[in-house]
Amino acid sequence: MRQVSITVNGAEHVLELEPRELLVYVLRERLGLTGTNVGCDTSSCGACTVLLDGESVKSCTLLGVQVDGHEITTIEGLATNGTMHPVQEAFHEQHGLQCGYCTPGFIMATVSLLDETPNPTEEEIRHALEGNLCRCTGYHNIIRAVQTAAGVEV
Amino acid sequence: MATTITELEVGRVVGAPVERKEDAALLTGQAKFVDDMSLPGMVWMAVVRSPYAHARIANVNVDGALAHRGVIAAFSGEDLADAWLASLPCAWLPTEDTNQPNHRPLAVDEARYVGDGVAVVIAESRGEARDAAELVQVDYDPLPTVIDAERALEDGAPLVHEEFGTNRCYTWNLAAGEVDDEFAKADVTIKERYHQQRLIPNAIEPRGVIVQPFPATGELTMWSATQIPHIARVTLSMVTGVPEAKLRVVAPEVGGGFGSKLNVYAEEALALVLARRLGRPIKWIEQRSEGYNATIHGRDQIQEIELAATSEGRIRAVRAKLTVNFGAYLQLVTAGTPLFGAWLYSGAYDVAAYDFECTGAFTNTTPTDAYRGAGRPEATYAIERAVDALARKLGKDPLEIRRLNFLREFPSAIVSGLTVDSGDYDAHLDAALEILDHDDIRRQQSERRERGDTKQLGIGFSTYLEMCGFAPSRILGAIRYGAGGWDAATIRFLPTGTVQVLIGTSPHGQSHVTTFSQIVAQQLGIAYEDVEVLHGDTAVAPLGMDTYGSRSLTVGGVAAYHAAERIIEKARKIAAHQLEVGEDELEYENGTFSANGKSLTTKELALQAWTAHNLPEGMEPGLEASFVYDPPNFSWPSGTHIAVVEVDTETGDVDLIRYIAVDDVGTVINPQVVEGQIHGGVAQGIAQALWEEAVYDEDGNLVTGSMVNYLVPSAAELPSYELGATTTPSPTNPLGVKGVGETGTIASTAAVMNAVIDALVPFGVTDLDMPATPERVWRALEEART
Repeated sequence: MRQVSITVNGAEHVLELEPRELLVYVLRERLGLTGTNVGCDTSSCGACTVLLDGESVKSCTLLGVQVDGHEITTIEGLATNGTMHPVQEAFHEQHGLQCGYCTPGFIMATVSLLDETPNPTEEEIRHALEGNLCRCTGYHNIIRAVQTAAGVEV
Repeated sequence: MATTITELEVGRVVGAPVERKEDAALLTGQAKFVDDMSLPGMVWMAVVRSPYAHARIANVNVDGALAHRGVIAAFSGEDLADAWLASLPCAWLPTEDTNQPNHRPLAVDEARYVGDGVAVVIAESRGEARDAAELVQVDYDPLPTVIDAERALEDGAPLVHEEFGTNRCYTWNLAAGEVDDEFAKADVTIKERYHQQRLIPNAIEPRGVIVQPFPATGELTMWSATQIPHIARVTLSMVTGVPEAKLRVVAPEVGGGFGSKLNVYAEEALALVLARRLGRPIKWIEQRSEGYNATIHGRDQIQEIELAATSEGRIRAVRAKLTVNFGAYLQLVTAGTPLFGAWLYSGAYDVAAYDFECTGAFTNTTPTDAYRGAGRPEATYAIERAVDALARKLGKDPLEIRRLNFLREFPSAIVSGLTVDSGDYDAHLDAALEILDHDDIRRQQSERRERGDTKQLGIGFSTYLEMCGFAPSRILGAIRYGAGGWDAATIRFLPTGTVQVLIGTSPHGQSHVTTFSQIVAQQLGIAYEDVEVLHGDTAVAPLGMDTYGSRSLTVGGVAAYHAAERIIEKARKIAAHQLEVGEDELEYENGTFSANGKSLTTKELALQAWTAHNLPEGMEPGLEASFVYDPPNFSWPSGTHIAVVEVDTETGDVDLIRYIAVDDVGTVINPQVVEGQIHGGVAQGIAQALWEEAVYDEDGNLVTGSMVNYLVPSAAELPSYELGATTTPSPTNPLGVKGVGETGTIASTAAVMNAVIDALVPFGVTDLDMPATPERVWRALEEART
């Protein structure tokens, strides 16, 4: 066991972790933040995407002990005072989700994308999100949602 | 007194892209999927699976697992053999002589595919269960395997189930008209052979189950990532002997299904039996790579299709023969899956004679079952590719052949014996061609051909007809299906004027809460926000037949409509009584009954029905109504899909550059939801054409055993879709609706493959298997060159 200190959605947590514990399970099972989902075991689907110091990472590819001293933002940390983040709003407006299982991952990846590239082209959006898989939407409305969040008329 | 379709259209809610009620919880991480739940005292289950595709199980020793930290129990298949009162269910045994193996949740003497469960471990934590599962020692004696369906049907093939003496599950026929005669006198015939590769559904949420026992009463509650809580309750009761009345099944938030969760799985039965035995809540969550072997696959059939036609291109007869790989066991609808397309091998075309035959074979592979479209994508693929082949043989435009043969009289009794409700195929073809700008794209294609461009254009069409919302129940009975085709809804007006709608369908992405709210709000003249739709819990909505086969709106939605009608009927009686007028003197519009300048709203009447102070003599208090709807017919969506591809003739790379879909799905309740269904369906069908393929090696190992090497497409591979719509309301239901959940998948595979072949025809390539990978396209070009 190793003691780590992680700031998650602004709150600091001191945890005793087994070295093998994946970050996604630390978030889900230690901290009860079940909004971050697990969709595969090969880092392929991106359902578990969170922000590590503001940049998107797949939380199934990091060990909890690796993020000692860092800041994590999960889907639960995006809305402020009950007001959804513009990316959440845009996914809602454009019907960018159906079953919603991949959605937290897509939203976190989008937040990271728009932070780095505020005005992406459709092509840039499609390539930036290729690490996230959705089986319901065929991506059409996800792309519209990202464009809407970026302030593009769609 | 019925509210007519015209009145419905007057309103604001039906037909409008109202915002989805489902979204808020999903967007904020508050939605609860099975893996998000945890119960006090809960323990974890892990399944030990066979690494051999076929092996005799000589011995199972669980001692090592039992000695592991945190382990509570471990069982072999033999240990639990007496726990099963019946096989895991197969709901459709199509013939009297269908061979149905006894499918136990854990294999006893033989493992029959890689992933077949052979033992189970229960431990205090997820990690301990998985670690201990590795310590179960199983002695296997490997047996010969058979992977391919045609090979499995040959004499001398290794037998998957020795007791049948054959790998044949059944052969099923459907014939009408003078087929041989039509072929004998035809000006032209074609014969094609297509391979529907094996697919893996890949709902992004893996499967999972939690069972909570209540030992004092014998009650058990199961939360499962399932499309079918009601069917699971009935069948798991039969398998485990848990009395149906003691079993509650809940489908909480479910992360996609596409048929993969339209099943009753071994892990559900195991969790149920072991939770009862151990007296503790048990949880099992599938790992993705585990699911690649342990969750059903789709398609996997060889199709032979023949057309007989006149020299003008009028199709007179269709012969179709399928050889289908069922895998090692019959899951819930394994045996029936190819037959969902049995009536559709003549497509949208008027033919005089029809002969369909399907043979299913057991192999040492994961069972196949219904994957989005189930039978109908296969049928559409075969007929749409065959029509193109016929056009090539006759030297005619494939659109001319299509138009020459379209069904045009509706309702239309088709040769295979069913009746198509409504349609206008020229209308959606015209609409799609306009979006495409057909002349312009053909001109570009010719230019590239003339100048020998290395990137050639191909344009592919699919003018499909499909049938969904399987019903009526008596027809399902006649084809030996094990259940009915009805669904149920209950509407309950609460005293303060809000409404609960309890539905028997079980959504997992399809927006039933939104759509059914629209229907009920419109009918009852109340606010969309005042309707609460409850689903997926057998304790809340005990009557239902769940969600699959594009049935939820056309069956369950219509049940909700009729239940609302019953509410209005009762409210009208109360209004007439209190306003002291005759029932037929009352006008009803948007939730208000009025006569002689006086009025009462449905909300006011709900309170009156609850207080029961002033009801007509003998009337029961309360404003609640149920309806169980058994449709008189299937619903018959149709449409035109067009794919435009660019094929690199040097590398074989196929780039899908445009995709157009014009669908006629009858009346649309929510256009945004309907378009979303089409987008997702189209993507899955495109993926079959271009990327996805489950591959086994000769020993029965799934080579494409994870998301790394099974190519589920990302946004980077797919284009935006260009959608249009035409509408012929279905005359068989009062909403005029047809299904939409599978149309995209049914239509798109054929459109894309016809486009790829269209690009390659000048090079002499007229046939290509799916998926059209760069290697396959390149090899086809090379072979044609030499």
